Amino acid sequence: MHELSLCQSLLRQVAAIVSEQGSGFVSLIELQVGELSGVEPALMQHAFPVVSQGSIAQGARLLIQTRPLRVLCERCGSESDAEAGNLSCRACGNWQTRLISGDELLLTRIEIESSAITR
Amino acid sequence: MCDTCGCNVTHGNAHLLKPGGRLEKTSEGKQSIDVLKGLLSENDHQARHNREHFDRHGVLAINLMSSPGSGKTALLEATIDALKDHYRIAVVEGDLETENDAERIRAKGVAAIQITTGSACHLDAHMVHDALHKLKLSDLDIVFIENVGNLVCPASFDLGQHHNVTLLSVTEGDDKPAKYPVMFRTTDLLLLSKTDLLAVLDDFEPDRAEQYLRKLANLAPVMLISARSGEGLQDWLDWLEIRMSERQAEQQGIDQTTSQVRL
Repeated sequence: MHELSLCQSLLRQVAAIVSEQGSGFVSLIELQVGELSGVEPALMQHAFPVVSQGSIAQGARLLIQTRPLRVLCERCGSESDAEAGNLSCRACGNWQTRLISGDELLLTRIEIESSAITR
Repeated sequence: MCDTCGCNVTHGNAHLLKPGGRLEKTSEGKQSIDVLKGLLSENDHQARHNREHFDRHGVLAINLMSSPGSGKTALLEATIDALKDHYRIAVVEGDLETENDAERIRAKGVAAIQITTGSACHLDAHMVHDALHKLKLSDLDIVFIENVGNLVCPASFDLGQHHNVTLLSVTEGDDKPAKYPVMFRTTDLLLLSKTDLLAVLDDFEPDRAEQYLRKLANLAPVMLISARSGEGLQDWLDWLEIRMSERQAEQQGIDQTTSQVRL
């Protein structure tokens, strides 16, 4: 699956942010992942230690916040929860809805320790 | 500069270090940085670049996705037969191994660039970019990108295409849109392929496949098609024709703007 290549891409982004700040080790990486993003958080958690080996993010905690599926109905205007296989409006049953949450695939925050001594 | 006495705090960055600032330290003295950046931003950046390439040359780019064996290459063969006298076509082929599909396309007299991904289960924008360098886009009207047969991973990667077309063969089961919502939610056209087999299959209902697609809030047209019998082929060709005219209209708009700027 593609979680491995996503982890590699994530690490390149993290490395770029750290070098922008100067230097340091990454202790935490926070992601937001929606159910319809195509990414499986568990696979991401498995891939991360492998890919981050020897990098500035080795040993960092990967915190993945899953985002709920929410849709906005284009007919009745209601916002409701949804399932991956059924994005219809819960209020009126209309299938023409717009996804307002649940396809996120975002790097939201990282924490950097300025020195290796604190590790 | 050190990180102890505060000599690295300047007028320019002080606001970032204050409580609530982007570089505020956590209670353990760690630096916390809010990012909010797409995990696929590298790929998306390259995809935008690819799309600009296509647009500059007025080329229509179509990303064909499906499970393995649902008839993408057969559809392309039939499409090339029907269109090659009207349009200049090239195909980018994605497969884990072999040049087989590219050879089938070349046998039809059009250029095919094979990307063998090894173990990678999808094409990404960088692979497509490398392949595009082997094609002369100014001599082309349509580029079909035949993605790796897989209903999961290809859905996550923008390649720079203008439209996603997903094939679902009638031997696969009509509930595939419900099982692979990420892929089917974003398709611009659903082709139910191998419909010549419907006569011997009693468990595939095209209407049911369409209902599952609608449950993903997807308005995309659904067409029944058989590359073998030719059924529905004209609907697909008409759809392509409309997409081509849209591209050409857009291209004329771009050309006019450019020439006005030059004036």
